[in-house]
Amino acid sequence: MKKLMIGNAAVAAGLHDGGLGVVSSYPGTPSTEITEFLSKYDDLHSEWAPNEKVACEVAFGASLAGARSACAMKHVGLNVAADPLFTLSYTGVNGGMVICVADDPAMHSSQNEQDSRHYAIASKVPMLEPSDSQEAYDFAKTAFELSEKFDTPVLLRMCTRIAHSQSVVEAGEAVPAVLKDYTKNPQKYIMMPGNAIRRHPFVEQRTADLAEFANDCMYNKVEMNSSEIGIITSGCSYLYVKEVMGDSASILKIGMPNPLPDKLIKEFAKKVKKLYVIEELDPVIESHVKALGIDCIGKELFSLLGEFSQGTIAKAFGKEDKYSVTADSVIPPRPPMMCAGCPHRGMFYTLSKNKITVMGDIGCYTLGAVAPLNALDSTLCMGASVSGLHGFNAARGNETEKKSVAVIGDSTFMHSGMTGLVNIAYNATNSTVIILDNSITGMTGHQQNPTTGYNIKGDPAAKVDLEALCKALGINRVRVVDPYDLKACETAVKEELAIDEPSVIISRRPCVLLKTVKHAPSLKVESDKCRSCKRCMGLGCPAISLKDGKAKIDNTLCVGCGVCKQLCAFDAIV
Amino acid sequence: MTKSVMIVGVGGQGSLLASKLLGRLLMDEGFDVKVSEVHGMSQRGGSVVTYVRYGEQVYSPIITEGEADIIISFEKLEAARYAAFLKKDGKIVVNTQQIDPMPVIIGAAEYPEKVLNELTDKGCCVEALDALSLAEKAGSSKAVNIVLMGKAAKYFHIPYDKWIAAIENTVAPKFVEMNKIAFDLGYNA
Repeated sequence: MKKLMIGNAAVAAGLHDGGLGVVSSYPGTPSTEITEFLSKYDDLHSEWAPNEKVACEVAFGASLAGARSACAMKHVGLNVAADPLFTLSYTGVNGGMVICVADDPAMHSSQNEQDSRHYAIASKVPMLEPSDSQEAYDFAKTAFELSEKFDTPVLLRMCTRIAHSQSVVEAGEAVPAVLKDYTKNPQKYIMMPGNAIRRHPFVEQRTADLAEFANDCMYNKVEMNSSEIGIITSGCSYLYVKEVMGDSASILKIGMPNPLPDKLIKEFAKKVKKLYVIEELDPVIESHVKALGIDCIGKELFSLLGEFSQGTIAKAFGKEDKYSVTADSVIPPRPPMMCAGCPHRGMFYTLSKNKITVMGDIGCYTLGAVAPLNALDSTLCMGASVSGLHGFNAARGNETEKKSVAVIGDSTFMHSGMTGLVNIAYNATNSTVIILDNSITGMTGHQQNPTTGYNIKGDPAAKVDLEALCKALGINRVRVVDPYDLKACETAVKEELAIDEPSVIISRRPCVLLKTVKHAPSLKVESDKCRSCKRCMGLGCPAISLKDGKAKIDNTLCVGCGVCKQLCAFDAIV
Repeated sequence: MTKSVMIVGVGGQGSLLASKLLGRLLMDEGFDVKVSEVHGMSQRGGSVVTYVRYGEQVYSPIITEGEADIIISFEKLEAARYAAFLKKDGKIVVNTQQIDPMPVIIGAAEYPEKVLNELTDKGCCVEALDALSLAEKAGSSKAVNIVLMGKAAKYFHIPYDKWIAAIENTVAPKFVEMNKIAFDLGYNA
């Protein structure tokens, strides 16, 4: 039956129908839905792991045990899972293993624009790259066979436009999950020098075998149309090329970007007068083609930055249609922002008001950086707030210990904040870490984590006690504060910064978007009492605006959190 | 020939349901369909855009400037933001609701109140309606998406009954009646 599916749903269906037994992942846009869709199947084990390294190692263990296994992550998640990846390349697999990685060109929801294909090359692991949901299904399903045939994990590269675009999928028959035998095999699975030395030649031979396989496989396709123009392309760039060029150019579509098919590329190049390589982000295919001694046009015409569209291709080949109309008025931007009633707002207001230096982290609370709160000083990667603060204070000492903090969400703290906190206790800076505990993984769309008390299926699970955990990690001063209470926030921040020892403040209130959270009646402004001081506007709450100089609260957005009411010196908000 | 429809609005306004309904309907009509959604950070009150493309064979899931046959906008300013994507003789169907973005809220920018008139003056076909009031009349402010689909329906050359069937197939059973009323209010507006 034909179904419209986003690419990630198709990957999930493909993995399932390929006989998946175990999946473990950490959420990250644009990869999250792969595991969410897999969690709906009852004939496999699915879970949210605390981070991508754990997830990848769980998938390794499951593969070793004989199951077909998978993990899914965003591009920067693969940095975290890179450690197991590089040696998994040596051990190979027992049950087939697929590592799904989703890149985010144009950074719709990411902190950088890295190209995951470099990981495939560096770790010497084959990578598949679909162009639509049907291919996402087919590639995910067949990746297990590839993995077992060549004794290697397989990377499946998605990008935002493939992951989050719906297209028509016709699913095939599901292969039942089987558990292969597990036999102890130290030479293959214990990667100490004596064994690893013997595995390395295997890895090199495997890459050569895969490169040969790539010349004649279902993943790479040649469409011969013209002898004038030849285009080597892959992923969503292939779609844009087809849209613009139709049958007027010959195309070599690469569905397996590592290892690349040398013979196929050479033959294709010979048949066309002018060769282009069109790929988003880095010149991975282009560099390879040039290394083969073949002249081609690539990054001089197609940017290293952002994502492409059919417009990019049309412009490059002089096929642009110039029509476009715009309004004369300046259109103000509409950046994302923290929701009305967001529990992070009260804490950020407090930090901003007291001019605290704030080391930020990855999550909804990164939005504390935008005006009018402007509360953050840095955001680097998951967990860097905590370790970064320690380094900041180690460099500047008492001067900054008294006026800087780290902020990190509950899920991010579980991901990689804990180790940084151990370092603060162990190497003794008087750092203050604020855990913004909204009892959910927010930005990626409400996934459970080890602090919420529920697992991926919504069933009750062991719940990490953050207070006890922080104490066990060596922090003696741990206190909890309600971020809706501005006075309590200010007292907590001032006291913990003043004290000469490391401390943790847990700013605790569940995400206002959770269905279990009951909203208070919306507040309103009594305009005769409003003196237009604009103090409430400093919160950056989307429900509050100025109309004719007076504050006004939008009752369809306000959830009655009462933070603005505490700020009003004239009792105008009721 | 591939047709291009953009559904634009503010994160949280319910444009995902509209694209789901439209995608399903067009697929059932025998078209190849691609729908490109937005997830993650921009959903948090930011400007969001969903692309729906259909035809005999659709390649690109996204739409570029000068290419959209129809822009369905859940908010006035957002219609203007994406106007450059409209093709010559394209149509804009827009909810007249005004939602101030943060730069306007904090007084760093002004909301261009007359922006729809500017587009009309330049020859754009703009069909504006107060979809929020109509949705409330149907029984829920959340039905703005279905009111707008009702208003835009005539441009798709798909029989009325098929739209109603698509609503029945897409919306949760307890909301079907309310959404049918919302669709009719938009359809007849």
